Amino acid sequence: MLDLTWLLIAVPLASSFVLLLLGKRANPWGHWLGVAASGTAFVVGLLALIQMLGLDAHDRAHAVHLFSWIPGGELNVDAGLLVDPLSMTFVMLVTFVGTLIHIYSVAYMEHDPNRRIFFAYLNLFVAAMLLLVLADSYLLLFVGWEGVGLASYLLIGFWNQKPEYATAANKAFVVNRIGDIGLIIAMGLMFTYLGGVDFATVFAAAPEASTAQLTAIGLMLLLAATGKSAQFPLQSWLGDAMAGPTPVSALIHAATMVTAGVYLIVRSAPIYEGAPAAQTVVAAIGAFTLILGALIGMAKDDIKKALAASTMSQIGYMMLAAGLGPIGYAFAIFHLVTHGFFKAGMFLGAGSVMHGMHDQVDMRRYGALRTAMVTTWVTFGLGWLAILGVPPFSGFWSKDKIIEAAFVGEGVQPWILGGAALIGAGLTAFYMSRLFFMTFHGKARWTDDQHPHESPALMTVPMIILAVGSAFLGLFLAMGDRFTDWLEPVTGHAEHHEPVLPVPVIMVATLLLVALGVWVAWRKYGAADVPETAPAASLATIAARNDMFQDSVNRGVFERPGTHLTRTLVYADAALVDGAVDKTAHSFARTGESVRKTQNGQVRSYALTMLVGLVIIILVVVQGGL
Amino acid sequence: MTFTTPEIAWAPLAPVIIVLGAAAVAILIESFVRSAETRRRVQLGVSVVALLAAAGTAIVQWVGLEGAGTVVLDGMLTVDRQSLAWQVLILVFGTLGTLLFAARTRAGEEAFTPLGSVAPGSTEETLARRKGMQVTEVFPLALFAVGGMMLFTSVTDLIFLFVALEVFSLPLYILVALARRRRFLSHEGALKYFLLGAFSSAILLFGAAFLYGATGSTSYTEIAQGVASASGVDALVLAGAVMVVVGLLFKIGAVPFHSWTPDAYQGAPTPVTAFMAAATKAAATAALLRVVYEAFYGLEWELSWLIWGVSIASMLLGTVVALVQTELKRMLAYSSIAHAGFILVAFAGFPDGALSALPFYLASYGLATLGAFAIITQVREKSEDGTVMGEATRLGQWAGLGKRSPWLAGAMALFLLSFAGIPLTAGFVGKFVAFAAAISEGGWPLVLIAVIASAAAAFFYVRLVVLMFLTDVPEGQEDAVEIDHSPLARAVVVLTAVAVVLLGIVPGPVLDAFENAGVLLLGAAG
Repeated sequence: MLDLTWLLIAVPLASSFVLLLLGKRANPWGHWLGVAASGTAFVVGLLALIQMLGLDAHDRAHAVHLFSWIPGGELNVDAGLLVDPLSMTFVMLVTFVGTLIHIYSVAYMEHDPNRRIFFAYLNLFVAAMLLLVLADSYLLLFVGWEGVGLASYLLIGFWNQKPEYATAANKAFVVNRIGDIGLIIAMGLMFTYLGGVDFATVFAAAPEASTAQLTAIGLMLLLAATGKSAQFPLQSWLGDAMAGPTPVSALIHAATMVTAGVYLIVRSAPIYEGAPAAQTVVAAIGAFTLILGALIGMAKDDIKKALAASTMSQIGYMMLAAGLGPIGYAFAIFHLVTHGFFKAGMFLGAGSVMHGMHDQVDMRRYGALRTAMVTTWVTFGLGWLAILGVPPFSGFWSKDKIIEAAFVGEGVQPWILGGAALIGAGLTAFYMSRLFFMTFHGKARWTDDQHPHESPALMTVPMIILAVGSAFLGLFLAMGDRFTDWLEPVTGHAEHHEPVLPVPVIMVATLLLVALGVWVAWRKYGAADVPETAPAASLATIAARNDMFQDSVNRGVFERPGTHLTRTLVYADAALVDGAVDKTAHSFARTGESVRKTQNGQVRSYALTMLVGLVIIILVVVQGGL
Repeated sequence: MTFTTPEIAWAPLAPVIIVLGAAAVAILIESFVRSAETRRRVQLGVSVVALLAAAGTAIVQWVGLEGAGTVVLDGMLTVDRQSLAWQVLILVFGTLGTLLFAARTRAGEEAFTPLGSVAPGSTEETLARRKGMQVTEVFPLALFAVGGMMLFTSVTDLIFLFVALEVFSLPLYILVALARRRRFLSHEGALKYFLLGAFSSAILLFGAAFLYGATGSTSYTEIAQGVASASGVDALVLAGAVMVVVGLLFKIGAVPFHSWTPDAYQGAPTPVTAFMAAATKAAATAALLRVVYEAFYGLEWELSWLIWGVSIASMLLGTVVALVQTELKRMLAYSSIAHAGFILVAFAGFPDGALSALPFYLASYGLATLGAFAIITQVREKSEDGTVMGEATRLGQWAGLGKRSPWLAGAMALFLLSFAGIPLTAGFVGKFVAFAAAISEGGWPLVLIAVIASAAAAFFYVRLVVLMFLTDVPEGQEDAVEIDHSPLARAVVVLTAVAVVLLGIVPGPVLDAFENAGVLLLGAAG
């Protein structure tokens, strides 16, 4: 079965093409084909997992050669897959959560005339994401990386009849391209210094390379990761990406694609081993983003944007863990898996609320929904408890370990990183409770035409399954260190380190902060009345509502100069080039005489450009050469 | 003074002779076949058969070739695997271009004016159109151009470099002027192309004279020896080398020698634009490779200033100006300027890898270019009374094309993504091997700029994709654009699309073949 893992990619990809090519003919049954393709991938993945579990821990990495992609003397890239515990973890997460979200979408998108195309894009996403995690070289990973970017772009802009949605898609595209440049440059550096871009060559050559080289590669990989995973300073696109249909937000912008950056860092562990400085930067960015995301989440009234900020913050935790080295890798992935469950579950819950509330996303117009939508309330509640890190729910097992690991080290670093992780837990408790109470508790603040109702079974069943996962998956995987042992062949054995504070102290402090966060949120948003419009706020709140002015910064630093440059060029183009052409055309119609003048003048100026260019080049070359 | 007739090895010249011979036959056909329609069919048949036969001959020679290749015409030409590989490439472009030349729409109108010699808008023109006249001279002209380009790829002497340059340039100047619609624009583009082309030829010739003055020879090998034996680098040699390279950079369309490109691309009949964009760039790159590796290899450090400067300027200007274009053919023209910059990246440090990377890059670029322009020929404006008019080349007119004609728009998207260098298209592999070659000789700062430029360039390619697929047709414009079917143009689109995908997913065999072609020239470059 391990040799058949290419089916994981081929089946959804084929289904995607079939759905796109068959056109309207496939409308009546197209969505079920999409579900079946994703389900098949899950079954294939499950069989491969069972086979892998039967193997010895050290035989679990399995290479599947597909074909020679770019052969050639000094540069040889094969297309192949690497099936090992790390990629297998992602395969299971992507196919399982993916299939559930496919099923949910059948009902959620029922009234959309383009449902078939939506499923084609979803299948495309699943195929690209699996290629990303299964690739055995950075180059092939890059193919998947671009593929998920494309699918994300298409799905964010799926309702592109609204211009601002299309803008959101464009923004995601542009920001992601900045990150992609990092990955391309990293590949160039690997090719120069390490002699190849496939994992085997790179990781074998990494210990020999100098620290400076590895640091450069590590930082470029980090740039790529920040783009895809919405980490500081490339985080601004994620909030706008919520323009896409909610199942997309759940699958792509919460559970899977945005975690690809964490995967990239963990996969590149041998490079970061030799580049402690780059590793510290990874951890610092993670710590900073987790606080930043939490602060933004505290001020958002749009339920999806609040969840998006929370995703940003939780991925910050994973990045922080990934930056800690071998003690953190396994926990980064562990949190990634549990987060995949509870965050996808909560997004589906938010979708269910929107479904029942006429696509209302303003939490100030929710309230008291627990009676109207019991299933949604309970499943969302389990996700809420999980993300808070309340024992024994999933988040507790993964997040608490990250906080502990952040406190390991020497000097001032553990205090800063650990402190950030600890405070982040308290903030998370506050803004998630705020979201939960504003939506499901308090008084009803619905508008007159809203009649909240529970969603159909096709939507609630996936939510229930994910809620069960949110509740118990963490415990199941943490028991007997199952998950860390499973990943050990990939992430390496972590020596046990004592944190600078005793473990029970950290745990109690975390739980106290969480309780405090919940209590404050209950006082303000559960027990007290919530105003229906956002009240005037302090400067800090305004900053948070505006994504910490990241957009304004971007606008000032990138967009304004860019706009001015473009405007100048447009003007130059219109005035000089087009103007000349238009003028020529006009004057041709009137008199032949003036035409010749314009035309002659222009060719002369063209020739002058060439001459000046030539003279400058000769001067430079002769000066430089002699 | 006695003059000895040089021994001519006819066999290695066979592919060129077939093409030029067919061109001569085609001229006779022009004189003796009266009916325009018959003439058109015969010309198309002769051209395609000749081009394919030449390609076949070149491939057979390629397989049978051993050693460093054959020196022909007293050292004027060298036929080796490198030149044969380029010749096959140019023949492929020529064949696809010829098919486009012959493509005609339902209205029975092709891209060319009925009679080139009449004034635009005159009564004679109307009369010629009514009588169903056709300029079938375009076929022999294209054959001459192809023959000249093939010679251009094998030239190893500066005199012959100039001759071959003129052989393929003159037919192109005429072809550019023959557009059926917007003939003033066409004339303007042709005249500019001609004048600036003459200017650049003069520069090239001037450089050749300098080099002859400094080294006493026009042969590449002897110039290389002169460069190597000189105690210091001579200013005369440097100036000469720069001027020869600049003459070739003009044909590649690199900044600051690019100014003809937008006007010629826009004015020329689209099939001519397609052929010219693909084949000229390939031929000029081949000639540049050869002159740089065989004559100027010793000047690597000195010429690096030129390569780096021109490459960066081309990438930046091409990308930035393409961003603001609203006319499709002009946008592709600026994109071709940016591609000229990417091509020059592979020259950084004169890496061995460039000899196999560049043929592949040009193959991927040329195929996508032919395909994209073939699609442009099919998207037509329609007037309010329903007559199909010229090509719809304003970007806005392409809005919503994906909904009306998903296959055509999908193919266009494929070509644009290949230009942008998105994985699984030929363009990605092309950029990858070209940049890898530059990195192997320490050219990574240049590659860094190239990567950033190509990321920015992706934006205007994707903008068109978005326009086609995600934007609705503006209100009241539903009938303003018509897709005109032409079986030949469709065939070109299908062939190029398949090739772009194949070269993106399994580039192995082609890369291997070019790898082989590269090794042999290295011996000469030493």
